[in-house]
Order: sequence, then structure tokens, then C-alpha cells
Amino acid sequence: MKYVVSVLVQNQPGVLARIAGLFSRRGFNIESLAVGMTDKSEVSRMTIAVDGDDHIIEQVTKQLNKLVDVIKVNVLTANESVQRELALFKVHVTASTRPEVMQMVDIFRAKIVDVTRNALVVELTGDDNKIKAMEDLLRQFGIKEMVRTGLIAIERGSKIMKSNKEE
Amino acid sequence: MRITGAEAVVQIFQHYGVDLIFGYPGGAILPLYDALRDSTIKHVLVRQEQNAAHAASGYARVTGRTGVCIATSGPGATNLITGIATAYMDSIPMVVITGQVPLSAIGRDFFQEVDIIGATFGLTKHNYWVKKATDIPRILAEAFHIASTGRPGPVLIDLPKDVACETIEYAGLPEVEIKSYQPTYQGHPKQVKRIVQAVKESARPVICAGGGVISSDAAEELRALAERCQIPVATTLMGIGAFPKDHPLSIGMLGFHGTVYSNLAVDNADLIFILGARAGDRAVRQIEEFGRKARVVHIDVDPAEIGKNVNVTVPIVGDLKTVLQDILKNVAPREDTGWLATIAAWKKEKARAYSQDGPLKPQYVLEQLSAVTTPDTIIATDVGQHQMWTGAYYCTKKPRTFLTSGGMGTMGYGLPAAIGAQLGKPETAVVLVTGDGSFQMNMPELATLVQEQLPVKIIVLNNNALGMVRELQMHFHDSRYYQVHMRGNPDFVKLADAYGIPAQRVSEKTAVRKILQTMMGTPGPMLIEFIVDVEENVVPPTRKSLHPFEGEIV
Ligand SMILES: Cc1ncc(C[n+]2csc(CCOP(=O)(O)OP(=O)(O)O)c2C)c(N)n1
Repeated sequence: MKYVVSVLVQNQPGVLARIAGLFSRRGFNIESLAVGMTDKSEVSRMTIAVDGDDHIIEQVTKQLNKLVDVIKVNVLTANESVQRELALFKVHVTASTRPEVMQMVDIFRAKIVDVTRNALVVELTGDDNKIKAMEDLLRQFGIKEMVRTGLIAIERGSKIMKSNKEE
Repeated sequence: MRITGAEAVVQIFQHYGVDLIFGYPGGAILPLYDALRDSTIKHVLVRQEQNAAHAASGYARVTGRTGVCIATSGPGATNLITGIATAYMDSIPMVVITGQVPLSAIGRDFFQEVDIIGATFGLTKHNYWVKKATDIPRILAEAFHIASTGRPGPVLIDLPKDVACETIEYAGLPEVEIKSYQPTYQGHPKQVKRIVQAVKESARPVICAGGGVISSDAAEELRALAERCQIPVATTLMGIGAFPKDHPLSIGMLGFHGTVYSNLAVDNADLIFILGARAGDRAVRQIEEFGRKARVVHIDVDPAEIGKNVNVTVPIVGDLKTVLQDILKNVAPREDTGWLATIAAWKKEKARAYSQDGPLKPQYVLEQLSAVTTPDTIIATDVGQHQMWTGAYYCTKKPRTFLTSGGMGTMGYGLPAAIGAQLGKPETAVVLVTGDGSFQMNMPELATLVQEQLPVKIIVLNNNALGMVRELQMHFHDSRYYQVHMRGNPDFVKLADAYGIPAQRVSEKTAVRKILQTMMGTPGPMLIEFIVDVEENVVPPTRKSLHPFEGEIV
């Protein structure tokens, strides 16, 4: 099963390596990992998608919590959170296929962000299923390149993620 | 006060009462050595950096304080790694400082540049790369705080040479405030109640005490609980000393190399306490089965340990001493209803034994050693059969008197750990029990021993073999012995003589007691080489499986 783990960390040098290292050392498989700053400059937020069972996820959470730089760890379920990813596709086009690709972009509510004579760059936001669906459809025209940001996620509702280590 | 970064390091050392540092110098750490020269802190020069860490560990274990070791960049730092990992696996409080090439040179594969931070992410409780000298007071203070609180462990600080030379305004010891690091000490009162209730309902309770009992100084509370509720106590290898082995409720060591009766007790219990232990693979014979018939109470300061290896009925996160005190405030005396008699019968029936026939038996030497030492005597071991026999046949009575590499099983740990221990407890007798294999790993530290004029006693149980590995080949590879018989061993007596250490060789049973008495009565160091039976096994070959139940002797 796929789990999404949100981690607030102190923005210290090496913190990314420390967390990535923990995953590989304990044999936890990372599917994707996205990192960025938060509204507080000293705090970064990571969203890590992990494949595993309940026991693994419990260990992931506990081991992450042990790291001195980790402020808070939350496991997010699909129902209780909004999960998004951004993908960019560089698609091969010809004069004849271009309208068809543009139509698909419309249907998926994606965006064309770069146009040249024989390529389009398509920007798509969505969850994993949507990105995979688009990828499948674009494949017939020839995907020259693609890149995904990895999942980011936030809990629904007004609850916020804050440290429980400080009382 | 205007001082250099290196001087600030020394200032913080002094604030934390550091009086002893183990280390080995080199280019990148020279600013720190220069600052240390003018301080009152004693520096002990070892012969290889790994042993600086082991010595700091021995010092930390016997004193309960944080051990400190330092080394230069590159090879100095990489040599430290085994020592750091050994301390990490055994949860020993330690602060390690490595020199680093100047910041301006980092990332260019400068002479003696190595990424020690990256290399030790998984081997330290935390590590720091110092990028500006003004951070030094905070980082040093945090390092001491982190190393010694919660579940203790080593913290490494990588200090670039130019940063150590920078001048800063030093305003005294900064207050430590790490929002993201707040260990839990107080156990949850609801869980404490559940434990009290579980004790009341139990007919066959047993306690498994680990190294956590020792590091949280909870041996007294453990004993009070065991006595009040009549609970037999087994220890893990790391827990040796947490409970007096000659106590009527003691059932010895648990697990693969443990006593048959402690394993029987755990297997038949209806309530198992795991106190400050990992319940690791060496201690728990079949992890899935452990406690299937029993309720399991696990108390540990590290939440990640709970439920990691065994299923737990009542988890409780907190400092062991504090939690045990809470339990003791609430738990009523419990009367035994026959469980202790059952255990006593097992103890008799499945008692350890070994044959005295043939060449001198190592077990005999250790029994005799028990007879000539005091409860305060500190024993350091190396790794192998002799380690397990020391655990089994030496009667440890007090916490912090049995030093061994439990988690890593690092051969070579013993001598430097004994040196650190002797420096930490100058008035107490320290005895190293080692094997001919392990001793040769870190033997050059004999020079450190002489240099510091330490009266450490050394027992080499020489079977001219990597005995433990030979035994494994016997059990699991049809006795197809390979690369386990040592050729080219030195004459250990002459070797000791080369260092000016008096030494003797003994191979007769009748001479054992007397030579041990002589050794303990010698004011300085002494080495005794015992030529012991190479065929002796920890787990007898007659045992049908390696299941501790089926053998008669362990
Ligand atoms: C550094 C290291 N290398 C290898 C091992 C594997 N190993 C475990 S016990 C042992 C043999 C130890 O021999 P010795 O010190 O002579 O003790 P004995 O078992 O003979 O009592 C070995 C090689 C180890 N634990 N540590």
C-alpha cells in the first residue's frame, strides 16, 4: 500500500541526505520525495510517498521522529488530504497531430507552456492516476521527455501541522 | 571575551566538566590541540583512532558521563568510524570531534578530505558540520545535551580548520533549546496503571533487563520491583550487571548464548517485562513467537524500539528509572504461587556445566576469576567465545562493571575500553578478558596502557583460534574448518615483556587460582596467557538444534 508522509524539518544543512539515508538504510522504499520551504524560513516540509505495510509505516514514522532535525511527522490518508503532483511532458508533434494534442490538453485541463515547430511542452497538475492517464494518451504521439515533481499533500480542513515535540 | 573557535570548544568542554579526552592528532585538528595544550584537560594519546572512541566508551560506561574523543580529518576520521558505530549500537553517550579541511577547500578532494558527516549519518545520534565559528558554542552545547539525554549515543562534530582558527566573541555557555528534540521521561500514568494491574493478574512473570537499566541508573529500582513482586530476572548481554547474578531471583542471560532456564522462563511466562532492551535477534530466540502466550510490557526511552522486534501489549515510553519509580509507588507486593519453584527446578536440572577433562577449560578460568575479584572489579571483554563465557561464568554483581561490545560485536573493543575504564575509575581494579584473535586487533594499545601507567590486568584466553567462528563452522558448516586456526601468533608473554608488562603463561588447571590471585595483587599491569582447549564450545555440538532449550549446557 502507498502511504504519504509529511515531514516538517529544521532547515539545516544535510537534512535531506539524512532523511533519504534513513529510508535506504532501513530498507524503506521511497516512491517520490518533494521538498520545499514553508511559511517559516527555518522550516522545510517534505512529502514522501512510501510503499509498505502498517508495520513499515510505523517504523518510518518512529525513525523519522528520532532525527534531531525532524519537528513533526504526519501520515496522510488519501481521503483526508489533498494530494497533487505537477508533471511536464515534452511531446513530439507535427502539423497534423498538433490539434489533437491540444484537444487532449484541454480535456485534462492541462496547459501548453512552450511551443516549437515539432514539440509542445505540456504542464499538468493532478494526482498519480491523472498523470498516468495523460502519459498513456500522449505516448502515441511520442513523449520526448517527461518530469514529475513528486507528490505534495496537505490535510483537508482547518487542522494544521505543528510540532508536538515542544510543549 | 575574544577567543578562537578552537578555544571556544575547550571552554564548552570545561563547562561540561570534561577532564579527559582520547585522541590522535593530525593537520586539520591542530588548532584544537593547540587550544587544549593550554587547558587543564588531560589528553590521552592512543595508538589508533578507533581506540580513542572505544576508550571514550569505556570511560563513559564506568563513569556514566559523556566520553569525548577527537581525531584529524581523512584517515583519522575514517579510523574512528568503527568505534563510533560500536558506541552507537550500545547507546553510549559520546561527543566526537573530527578536524576537517578548510571550508574554502571543501568539495575539491583536498588532501585528507573525507565526507565524515555523510559517512556517519546512520552511525551517530546526530552530527554537525560547523560552518561558522560563532555557531561553535551552540553546537557544542547541543552535542553534549543530545549525547547524554534520551537514549544516549554518539554525536559527531566536523570542524573545518579555518573555522577553528576564526576569532569570535565568546559570551559563555549558551542555553540549549532544541525544539525538535524533546525526549519523553515521564511514563504515561494510564500505562503505569495497566502494568500494575498486569502484575497483579500474573502467575508467571519474568523480567528481561537490558542495557537501558544501566544507562538510566535504574538497577536499584529493578531490584526493588523484582523483590517486591517476586519476579525472576534475566538480562541481555548489555544488561549484565543490571541485576546481581548471585541474587536468588537471577536467571542469568537470555537468548541464544544464554541459560536454558532463562529461555524456558520467558517461553512459559504469562507476563514479560522488557526493560530498556531492543529485544534483538540475539536475545529473543524466535521473534514471532516471543510472548505469544504472554502479555508483554516494554519500557524504553526510545519509542522506536517499542514494537520494532516483538509485539507489545503495554508499551510505555519514558526514562526507565522514572517509570519504575512510578510503578513502585503503585504496585502491591505479590506472592509467588509456585512459579519460582518451577524455575528453581529448571535451574537445577538445566544448570550450566562443562567437562573438566582434557586441556584447561576457559570456563574454569572465569569461575576462578570470579572468586578472586570483588563486586566493584570492572571486567572488559572482547568478542568471541571468551565473551560469552565471561557473560556466563563470571559473576557480575553491579551495574557499570561489565563492558562489552554487544550490538556490534567489535573485536578489539576490549583493551581500549579497559584503558578508558581504568582512567575513569583509577581506584578500581580493571580486568580485560580477551581472545588471541580479538587481542591482536588492537594490541598496539598496550603502549597507551604503559604510557598512562595503568594497572589494567589482561587475561588472554588463547585457543590459537577464532573460536567463535570455528564453533559456527562446526554447527552450520559440518565442521568444515577454514581460516579459523591462527598461525603466526606471537609469544604473548614476550610481547608483554617488550612493553615492560609482567606476564606469565599458564596451561595447568592447578596453577590457575594462584596466578589469578597474584595478578590481582600486583600493583601495576599484568598479562596472563592461559592456553585453553580449542575444542571447547559455547553451544554444545550434541544439541539437536540451536534452540537453547534442547541443549543441556550453555
Ligand atoms: C572486527 C570483527 N571482525 C570479525 C568478527 C567476527 N568474529 C566474531 S567472534 C570471532 C573470533 C574471535 O576470536 P578470539 O578473539 O580469539 O576469541 P574466541 O572466540 O577464540 O574466544 C570473529 C572473527 C567480529 N566480531 N569483529
